[in-house]
Amino acid sequence: MKLVVTFSRKRGREPVIAQVVRDTGVLINVERAQIDSHEGEALIEVPDEACQLVRERMEALGATTRRLDRTILYDRDECIDCGACISICPQDVFGFDEEWRLTVDEGRCVLCGKCELACPHRALSLQL
Amino acid sequence: MERTIDLINERIRDGNAVVVTAERMPDLVAELGEEGALAEVDVVTTGTFGAMCSSGVFLNFGHADPPIRMERVWLNDVEAYSGVAAVDAYLGATQQSETRRDQYGGAHVIEDLVRGHPVEMRASSRGTDCYPRRTIRTELGLADLNQAVMVNPRNAYQRYNAAVNTTDRVLHTYMGMLLPNHGNVTYSGAGVLNPISNDPSFRYIGSGVPIFLGGAEGMIIGEGTQHSPAGGFGTLMVSGDLKAMSPDYLRAATMHGYGVTLYLGLGVPIPVLDLETVRATAVTDADIQVDVVDYGVPSRARPALRKVSYAELRSGHVEIEGEEVATSPLSSFRMARQVASVLADRISSGGMTLALPTRSIDRTKTARPMRETAQGPRVREIMDRQSVAITGDEPVTVAARKLLKGETNHLVVLDSEGRLAGIVTTYDLSKAVLRPERARSVEDVMTRRVITTGPDEPVDIAAQKLQRNNISALPVVDADRRVVGMLTGTNLSRLIGRGRI
Ligand code: SF4
Ligand code: SF4
Repeated sequence: MKLVVTFSRKRGREPVIAQVVRDTGVLINVERAQIDSHEGEALIEVPDEACQLVRERMEALGATTRRLDRTILYDRDECIDCGACISICPQDVFGFDEEWRLTVDEGRCVLCGKCELACPHRALSLQL
Repeated sequence: MERTIDLINERIRDGNAVVVTAERMPDLVAELGEEGALAEVDVVTTGTFGAMCSSGVFLNFGHADPPIRMERVWLNDVEAYSGVAAVDAYLGATQQSETRRDQYGGAHVIEDLVRGHPVEMRASSRGTDCYPRRTIRTELGLADLNQAVMVNPRNAYQRYNAAVNTTDRVLHTYMGMLLPNHGNVTYSGAGVLNPISNDPSFRYIGSGVPIFLGGAEGMIIGEGTQHSPAGGFGTLMVSGDLKAMSPDYLRAATMHGYGVTLYLGLGVPIPVLDLETVRATAVTDADIQVDVVDYGVPSRARPALRKVSYAELRSGHVEIEGEEVATSPLSSFRMARQVASVLADRISSGGMTLALPTRSIDRTKTARPMRETAQGPRVREIMDRQSVAITGDEPVTVAARKLLKGETNHLVVLDSEGRLAGIVTTYDLSKAVLRPERARSVEDVMTRRVITTGPDEPVDIAAQKLQRNNISALPVVDADRRVVGMLTGTNLSRLIGRGRI
């Protein structure tokens, strides 16, 4: 399960994610993090069964969490199978089948946003 | 019996012609031999589907009442060229909307028209005795136009160099998004299915030859602009009736950071009249080579990192400087195949016959670069020749004093050999004041990765560096990294003041 964690630096500088890993023993995979001087946002992946526990601990530490169900949105009608998205995706979400039709493995997406810019046909969009 | 174009057309009309796509030819020749393939195949179809920026349509709107001689005309806020009589205009695919910028452009207007969507046309004029009207605004659909003729100055590139980026930042180009440090390679073109690659001697590709264009039957006008077949970069000028085109084969697109373009399907049928044609159409992806060119170098002569074949490019990975790098085609091979096979179906069902060129295309030409009679301004002409220097071991207080006295915001830091080692700005010093314990000498506060320019660099390139890195000055260094001047935003604004940019 993917979670978007938002924390505010005003509440001190405790390393929320590290602390939750220590407290709960759940392994958290940080897929993307964006942190500036005031607040930060991270996209993390946690095992489904530990999701509730991780969320509670993070919220107790002052972070807000939100489940991310969607990944990149792919519009087959707009796509012309050019493949411009394939080589720029850090997660190898895209590929071709034998017919040179685009394949999309959404589950791997970490919503970095690169493909939304790279697609010349507006077939890919982020939904956060 | 000798094979002639008349014979082939007769077979097409009788529904007996054997038409195959160029992708099938290598296997057929391997299977049947060249003579066997010649006996078997009447026509080979080619196809490509990719970004064809150099495209557009001539539109005739008919006369209004009272009539207007349009001097400027816009379609959905995209300006078309109307310096061709009163109610004709040429709408270029890459022209951008005045309100929606790169999100909508000429290509989108063309696609909207083909999809049957009405577009808003507005035009202005100064008014003449014979054409008194000064403005007009109306909604038009494709059916309302007398003519909508696609005329594309440069389509169907024989092949196109692949692109890579060796700089440390992302580049947004007409070759798509190029990741830093050769993080990916992009390429374009249908390789084995490419029209000119299957007839590189232009024996059957020439003026008057019927083709598939955007779903309609079009025609080759002749050589395309920038046609450079001597080096393997031939192009075609083509035309076709927009009214007969289909949105399946004509799609507007936006290359982020570059602009609007038109993806177009184009296919050329090649009559198989002799062994030479059999050999030419048996070309494979492995036979077609291109350079992998570094788009990180902002000059016309971009360096090539290596040569690569379409077979390698299409495998999904190529090796660049010892690393496996992922590739992206920008044109659609699936659609190129579809173009070639739909064209093959049309011909074998008798829906389209072939013709020999009425005039042949030059196959020895090389396109020349632009002759520039006035060189654009260079950094040396506008830079400050003085710069204030300091060495890394001096205390920050000395730096502060020099900044104040030199009335500058930047100090260049030199190493013991007098070469550029860093830069210190007033901002760096203010930070140092806040943390006196950590920042004693210039070395502690300076920026070491300095972005520089050279005295002979075009000012436009230097200006781009300033803007992109959000900085206010560039040290000007010679080949030895000795500082010969400083280029600041102020220098640039003076140049604009003199009207040279
Ligand atoms: S958003 Fe990023 S990770 Fe997700 S598919 Fe696009 S490029 Fe890949
Ligand atoms: S870049 Fe866009 S149009 Fe091209 S294959 Fe990917 S999703 Fe399809």
